[in-house]
Amino acid sequence: MIPAVSARGVGKAYRQYPTRLDKLLRFVSFGRAGRAGLTWVLRGVSFEVAPAESVAIIGRNGAGKSTLLKMIAGTTHATEGTVNVRGRVAALLELGMGFHPDLTGRQNAVMAGNLMGWSKAELRSMMPAIEAFAGIGDYIEQPLRIYSSGMQVRLAFSVATALRPDVLIVDEALAVGDIQFQQKCFARIGEFRDAGTTIIFVTHDLASIYRLCTRALYLEHGELVLDDTPRRVIDLYQATVLGATAPPPDPGNGSYASPDVDIAGVRLVDERGAESSVFAGNERMAIEVDVNFNATLRDPHVGFQIRDRRGQAIFMTTTHGLGACVGPVAQGTRKSLRFLLRPAVAPGQYTVTVGIADGALTDGTFERSIVREQDALAFWVVDSVDAPRWAGIANLNASVLIGAGEDRSQVTATSE
Amino acid sequence: MSVPGVLRAMWRYRSFIAGNVERELRLRYTGSVLGVAWNVLEPLALVLIYVVVFSEVMHARLPGSGDRHDYGVYVLAGMLVWLAFSEIVGRCVNLFIDNANLLKKAAFPRVTLLASAIASSLVNVGLIAVLFATVLVAIGRFPGWVTLTLLAPLAVTVVLAAGLGIFLGTLNVLFRDVGHVTTIALQFWFWLTPIVYPRSVLPEAFRSAVAWNPLAPLVAAFQSVFVTARAPDWPSLAGVSAGALVVFALGYALFKGNAATLVDEL
Repeated sequence: MIPAVSARGVGKAYRQYPTRLDKLLRFVSFGRAGRAGLTWVLRGVSFEVAPAESVAIIGRNGAGKSTLLKMIAGTTHATEGTVNVRGRVAALLELGMGFHPDLTGRQNAVMAGNLMGWSKAELRSMMPAIEAFAGIGDYIEQPLRIYSSGMQVRLAFSVATALRPDVLIVDEALAVGDIQFQQKCFARIGEFRDAGTTIIFVTHDLASIYRLCTRALYLEHGELVLDDTPRRVIDLYQATVLGATAPPPDPGNGSYASPDVDIAGVRLVDERGAESSVFAGNERMAIEVDVNFNATLRDPHVGFQIRDRRGQAIFMTTTHGLGACVGPVAQGTRKSLRFLLRPAVAPGQYTVTVGIADGALTDGTFERSIVREQDALAFWVVDSVDAPRWAGIANLNASVLIGAGEDRSQVTATSE
Repeated sequence: MSVPGVLRAMWRYRSFIAGNVERELRLRYTGSVLGVAWNVLEPLALVLIYVVVFSEVMHARLPGSGDRHDYGVYVLAGMLVWLAFSEIVGRCVNLFIDNANLLKKAAFPRVTLLASAIASSLVNVGLIAVLFATVLVAIGRFPGWVTLTLLAPLAVTVVLAAGLGIFLGTLNVLFRDVGHVTTIALQFWFWLTPIVYPRSVLPEAFRSAVAWNPLAPLVAAFQSVFVTARAPDWPSLAGVSAGALVVFALGYALFKGNAATLVDEL
């Protein structure tokens, strides 16, 4: 099989010249004379993408993701190694496609179309569809400089995908579009993928990787660290990114500690008991908490809270709430708990907060809250391919019965 | 890229090149009431100033010529060469800088930008040439078929200008001073070329210096056809033709050799 995209030992370096003379010499001699220092932003990257495969590239800012995309798109040349792409490429790098601020949206669309090799006549027949998909109305006749960034991306995406390319390259651009437009774009990307387009995209929205990709590449400091299934790559990304950026617990962010109790560990595991940070909404997951009691407590309870990206608590419960008892415990006792749950919530990023309190009261509150570890862990909930489709914030597990005529008991069809 | 490769790229991207020319004509006057009409009004003013004002009002005369239109025709003939040359050089010097956004975000043969710049310049000069020819016909001075011989010096002018332009344009990406120096150098070059004055008014010492000015024989060819309706002095064009090819080869080699890293410097 011939890969749609292949990179072999690809590296990109930017040159720095000690003096202006070196810079001049370097250029007039085509790189043979003059001293130049190299700053590598990407090095030794090799991978192949099969036709019709969809691959996400993830990594922190400055990891080299965009540089890699630019080389695949052909706007930047590799300093070493080779990049090969087969077929017609459509690339959406950053905002726009090299749009000119003084030209109208339509004129820019025509220019971008020309650059993709479409003739005037072809473009004329494609324009209505391009305009309709962009959905920017009369702005199409206005100069681009008055467009919002979202409008620019709408136009750019609409032009870039007016015809199904063999290879579609999308940089984080889509993030500036509104939700409705993003969904429209993802629907179109999905159609292309099903029709055989190879898709390579960079995003920080891990849920969309799950929905679209069969594979992910993780870049760190310009190196390809992991090339694996989205789940394993996202796990690594989560571990490194969140591990590096999570603030130490302090009273300011809602955490507090106590000499009496010590939360020794918090882990998220999947159905098979393997540690993970990505869970499908229809799978079971577990929150494991290890607690060391350094004091004797009469009626200790362990609880957790799941919060969404905006910090809103979407679910919380405690051992007391679940009708269980941890104690009484003597000093030096260690307990390990496993909370089982099904994260039937909208795809996205969530955090887990763990707390321990003593002395349950009948109304579900406690006499004394002892420790709390705010946002101890983060995890992603993703769409599962085989689960029923739904939208909103929580999956209420709907099903449907369809009856004949007025009679709902005469079932002719059901979702179950 | 080989020569057939370049031609293939030009053909494949012909609508992009044509679109660039059209967009530029529109863009230059966006927001103006007369719009595209300015493309004609500006050169019209130029033609009228030289032919009518100089000839009719100021009675400027070429030495040794009695015809009242000779001087205006002489200046405009030279101006056609100069405008083609300076427009192409001027555009090419800023070609990569002006199109930085496009170069960074779209992959296409860079040589099509050069073609667009040349085509745009030729369209502008062509407009002036058409107006000039119309005026010549009106005053009964159109030289006739011999005008077609000017395609040769025009081609040499384009090759020379494109070669020089792309050489300077590549350097300009690295050292932005090049663009400013070019603007100044072009002004000197204009006055060092016998365009508004006849070569005969120059002191002897300068006259031999003009022999080294590659534009002088090209300008002379146009002046010869339009003023005296005589075909160009072909042998005088041999040197500049060869020189133009060398300059173009050098300019294109510098551009080609650095094309890969050029976009990183933008």
